Amino acid sequence: MKEILVCGGTGCISGDSRLVHDALEQELSRQGLEAEFKLKYTGCHGFCEQGPVILVTPKDNFYCKVAPQDVPNLIHQLKEGKVYDELLYVEPTTNERILTRHDVPFYKKQQRLVLKNCGIIDPENIDDYLSSCGYKSLQKVLKLQPEQVIQEIKTSGLRGRGGGGFPTGTKWDFARKSVADNKYIICNADEGDPGAFMDRSLSEGDPHAVLEGMLIAGYAIGAQEGYIYIRAEYPLAVKRLSIAIEQAKARGYLGKNLLGSKFDFSIKIKQGAGAFVCGEETALMESIQGNRGMPRPRPPYPAVKGLWDRPSNINNVETLANVPVIMEMGSERYAQIGTEKSKGTKIFALTGKVNNTGLAEVPMGITLREVVFDIGGGVSDGKKFKAVQIGGPSGGCLTEEHLDLPIDYDSLLEAGAMMGSGGLVVMDESTCMVELARFFLSFSRHESCGKCTPCREGNTRLLEILQRIVEGNGEMEDLDRLQSLGENIIQSSLCGLGQTAPNPILSTLKYFRQEYELHVKNKVCPAGVCKALLSYKVMEDKCKACGLCKKSCPTEAITGEKKQAHKIDVSKCAQCGVCMEKCPFDAIIRG
Amino acid sequence: MVSITINGNQYSVPADYSILKAAEENGINIPTLCYEEGLTITGSCRMCVVEVKGVRKLLASCATPVTEGMEVQTESERVISARRDILRLLIANHDLRCLTCERNGDCRLQDYCYRYKVEDTPYKGDKKHYPIDTDNHFFIRDYSKCIKCGKCVSICAEVNGAHVYDFMERGFDTKVTSAFDDTLQETTCTACGMCVNVCPVGALVEKSVLWEGRPWEVKKVTTTCSYCGVGCQLKLKVKDDRIIGVTADKSGSNLGHLCAKGQFGWEYVHSQDRLTDPLIKRNGVFEKASWEEALTYVAHRLQGILQERGGQAFAGLSSAKCTNEENYLFQKFMRTVLHTNNVDHCARL
Repeated sequence: MKEILVCGGTGCISGDSRLVHDALEQELSRQGLEAEFKLKYTGCHGFCEQGPVILVTPKDNFYCKVAPQDVPNLIHQLKEGKVYDELLYVEPTTNERILTRHDVPFYKKQQRLVLKNCGIIDPENIDDYLSSCGYKSLQKVLKLQPEQVIQEIKTSGLRGRGGGGFPTGTKWDFARKSVADNKYIICNADEGDPGAFMDRSLSEGDPHAVLEGMLIAGYAIGAQEGYIYIRAEYPLAVKRLSIAIEQAKARGYLGKNLLGSKFDFSIKIKQGAGAFVCGEETALMESIQGNRGMPRPRPPYPAVKGLWDRPSNINNVETLANVPVIMEMGSERYAQIGTEKSKGTKIFALTGKVNNTGLAEVPMGITLREVVFDIGGGVSDGKKFKAVQIGGPSGGCLTEEHLDLPIDYDSLLEAGAMMGSGGLVVMDESTCMVELARFFLSFSRHESCGKCTPCREGNTRLLEILQRIVEGNGEMEDLDRLQSLGENIIQSSLCGLGQTAPNPILSTLKYFRQEYELHVKNKVCPAGVCKALLSYKVMEDKCKACGLCKKSCPTEAITGEKKQAHKIDVSKCAQCGVCMEKCPFDAIIRG
Repeated sequence: MVSITINGNQYSVPADYSILKAAEENGINIPTLCYEEGLTITGSCRMCVVEVKGVRKLLASCATPVTEGMEVQTESERVISARRDILRLLIANHDLRCLTCERNGDCRLQDYCYRYKVEDTPYKGDKKHYPIDTDNHFFIRDYSKCIKCGKCVSICAEVNGAHVYDFMERGFDTKVTSAFDDTLQETTCTACGMCVNVCPVGALVEKSVLWEGRPWEVKKVTTTCSYCGVGCQLKLKVKDDRIIGVTADKSGSNLGHLCAKGQFGWEYVHSQDRLTDPLIKRNGVFEKASWEEALTYVAHRLQGILQERGGQAFAGLSSAKCTNEENYLFQKFMRTVLHTNNVDHCARL
């Protein structure tokens, strides 16, 4: 039977994929084709740029930007055993229509291990998960000793995917060795980096894999209870995880004496109220306990004294979703993927000025160039690549010289960025790096919990300095202040938020110092972004007095009669740049 | 015991010590603002950061336990640079009218700025201003001087149990306040004043000391609180032979903890109405007498009544101001000397 897999991830839903699904359901029923085609509403396919997307098996024909009105034609073609050409993905450089998903450049270099079920199974149906080897790893694990399970994870070389990159097996070992009446497994689904959504997609698209990862971790460390801490802004993920928990309970994958063993495990969902700092493990535990989400000093580490003062193990969604994969394929085979110190795959959220935005799972060690240009399809609008911000607001900027850098935990750190949760924002020549740093800093400043002095007071001062610079009021000493204060905040802050918040400043200062200097010394923003530093001027000799600029100016700052060169009144100009865009004669310049 | 090196010298310290405690006990001073012995360690002010060999970031010495072979630098270049920036950040958001501040000369922030030669701050920008809460009978809250060390929050919750204070808002907007951002008068505050005693700056100040004298003019006299039998140790703040306030004395069994009576109930000492001599009523009028005269009078009367009327004529009421030992002696006296069991105590009333 052929399957029609409609993407039900948040991105495609906002593009009306629900309506597409419903239209397909009606059409199949109208034509009596239910026996021939099985319709499924799946999790995210990753290629959000092209949503709503549909995958049709067994040939994996991949249809993009499908609208409800396309459905009759699509069904008509499918019924005939044909492909509906018009909705196939078009390769932008060659204009060629691509027949199958694995030939689409966005998917070609991906290695979808963790995301293997996303977009394939119905996340609200446990049978779908079971039929794709779901809970097989748990069965395998329950026949092993907990120490053997930990050894498997250690051998696999799995490291935390939430940002820190700490070896997961070692972390489990610490928690295993702590003695207590109760222990906890916590799944950190408080994904907060702007632009990152891999944990959301996994929770929405393959919730049972997350539960299975937690179960295995629970068995390994000797915990009977698990919490999923997920942000309330992810309602669909909360819904699908809740359904998955209920189904797993009903089938005996959660509860007492699981699968005939002596292992008991239950999972609760705790919704976070949206503070970025609650992604930090100690603040997260405070939040579960009903306290203000503020980090506490470590040691004691959660493995010794965590939630409710009991030994706890916190892993991020993606890390936990890797666990069943490792147990299924074997740790040694898993360890063959990636680099020497970074094993397996990593999911990146590709956003910014890149042609193909979306989620891509790639083997560790892939180069930045492959991700940006092969998978991402290069910089959008034919502009020039400038930099990529990797690791979200805690990460750093990498430039053209780093394009051939293999992406793994250690080389990224060495280059002044970090893996973070895997946010990858591509920037082109029209991005101002000072403004970029200011943007990320304003995020970190807003999200500081206010507990420790360097982060609470320091990030505000860094932001004020950057604000001065983009407004044209900076002085050269400000650059030294950014550097030294930034370094001291990193050195002395209490938690990971403060310890990484200045990274975007320090890395842009390192690689784009000249751009900062131009803002300060010459009062110029070379990318033409910082409004206070922009002025527009009509070059009289080029102006043909067509009046287009005057018509389009929203603040009526342009004057001029017929056959008379136009003029811009600087006091009225809002520096929006519309006049320059509209001028057919390139007579308006920005200075 | 573990062996650690601090600033190049080897020390042997108990394994459950923090770096801060290990340093302190060996005469090495590490500056702290949020640390207070006996309270939960929050590690929030970051003043006490130190450099530990092999660790990339600086560590808060109050929150980091010692480990065997640990090599610590408490005043390295990196450490001093971080501390200087922390101080510059704090004074950038602090009411710097030190000239008339009651804590001038007795202020940790001031002391550390002096110690690390922080004369001014390069971080000029937004500054928080809050109205001063003077509603409370006993002390003022001036949060434009608060450095958010959180010691008042902790001591109120962990020692008094009143939970009057907590943090409100986040990030730069964080402030210490009480429920519903109300004045202290509207809360469950018991006016124990312990928050005032732990405040390292001039954010919480007793009303009684306002404009009464600079800290260096005030003599601190250790005494025992006379209010009840607990016998708390405290220090009287004395200026020109007059008490102007009280502060904690950690050496006593009360560990510096006080209640409203000991902290603020000392005004009677200078009251004009206070009895300073025994009085004997003669012909309906109280007349001054010596202690010997008074005690002899009482002994005679007790003896007389006992002979005339027997022990049942007596009833004795003792006070919570007396110690356990005094109360024991009192009931013993009533039972064996005055032959009565009619003895009770004010705490039962």
